[in-house]
Amino acid sequence: MPPSETTQRVAVLAEPTSRRLGVAFGATLLRDLNRVRRRRGEVLNPLVFYALAVSLFPIGISPEAELLAVMAPGLLWVTALLATLLSLDGLFRSDFDDGSLEQMMLSPQPLAALSIAKVAAHWLVTGLPLALMAPLLGIMLALPFHSMGVLMASLALGSASLSLIGGIGAALTVGLPRGGVLLSLLVLPLYIPVLIFGTGAVQAAIQGDAVLPHLAMLGALLAAALIFAPWAIAASLRISING
Amino acid sequence: MALSVEFKPVFDCVGWHVSLSLQGRQLGCERDGRWLFEGLDIDVHCGDIWHVAGPNGSGKTTLLKVLAGQFNEFCGALHWQGKPLGQSREHLAANMLYLGHSPGVSAGLTPLENLAWYEALHDECSDATQREAALAVMGLEGFEDVPVGHLSAGQQRRVALARLSLTPRALWILDEPFTAIDQAGVEALEAQLLAHARAGGAVVMTTHHVLAIDHLLRHVALG
Repeated sequence: MPPSETTQRVAVLAEPTSRRLGVAFGATLLRDLNRVRRRRGEVLNPLVFYALAVSLFPIGISPEAELLAVMAPGLLWVTALLATLLSLDGLFRSDFDDGSLEQMMLSPQPLAALSIAKVAAHWLVTGLPLALMAPLLGIMLALPFHSMGVLMASLALGSASLSLIGGIGAALTVGLPRGGVLLSLLVLPLYIPVLIFGTGAVQAAIQGDAVLPHLAMLGALLAAALIFAPWAIAASLRISING
Repeated sequence: MALSVEFKPVFDCVGWHVSLSLQGRQLGCERDGRWLFEGLDIDVHCGDIWHVAGPNGSGKTTLLKVLAGQFNEFCGALHWQGKPLGQSREHLAANMLYLGHSPGVSAGLTPLENLAWYEALHDECSDATQREAALAVMGLEGFEDVPVGHLSAGQQRRVALARLSLTPRALWILDEPFTAIDQAGVEALEAQLLAHARAGGAVVMTTHHVLAIDHLLRHVALG
């Protein structure tokens, strides 16, 4: 660390210029994916939890295919919801602990946009794999084959809302030493609409009813979450950091 | 318009055609029913190195956050370049480098990735060579691609400090920059702070170290 007097650069006071939001958004998304790539275990945890928890139901309730098929949509959705919940606590935790959140707050980019990049990364490594994995577990629960596509679509759409809504809870509790339980209490009631329309879509597919209205409702919930969650997450993070 | 120049170090601010001024008047901050500090005046101009001193819990970090425009629950007036902070917050942010109490480097990323992310946040474009050079200044050659989590605490702090030479900013606000840094590193960092001030920049920092450049610093004592 030699003193670099001759090369010391000091900026003349710079006017704030219009910064490219896309660059910061992409960099934050890639940064989180990069971190996950180095710690694969954390990604696998919710998936393994999902597989294990779902496999408990045939053992605990009954291995009868007819009975399981009736319950399958609800079981698959509730367990996916719990698996998402399990992964939320870490969403902002490490950035809070190592001071990166402070730097995000000081950046010229809106904190709301940067936190959405983080939530998007969370969905890519949690919600999307859960949705892709669900049909395998559906087979175990004797879910009719023709409803697998709808199961995946509803989970993919719904889990994005779950990540966004959960992000609010994670941002609010990130400053607390053991915020996990409080996080569940805050977030679970907000998950109910997503759960209703998610299971509704799969049940409609099983019975041969129209699926699109349910998926459209999930899409509407996602749109609403996309509009409101970023600001709520940013405001919660500010409270957590300066609290 | 963003201006960024190679500035020849001078030993006073003559010729420094844009003067820098961060002015706090009657600053006060209350936490949990207790005044951390009140009635505090501070004037930061180009060429200044301010040392915020005080015992643990006396509000040093809070004062730095207030000065960085990050913490708004304070009383008193804060002016950047003569304008109240409300109007000049973005301008301050574009000219300030704040390194907090935690180094702000992510353990899961390599030093190079950390620096690249900071630059993307501020939409500054330098290439990998410049980042490597900045890390080399901090004595981190050979560690560019090691995840930060595998580095020592002092090395992690150095990754954050590498931004000092990577990003040209006029005002540095540094919270305990010497924490976990070895003796040689402390001396080099002191020299870097001095060079920055002589080049017309300004520094506000907290530290519990007794510095060799102590007589050149301006002091504000809390608590």
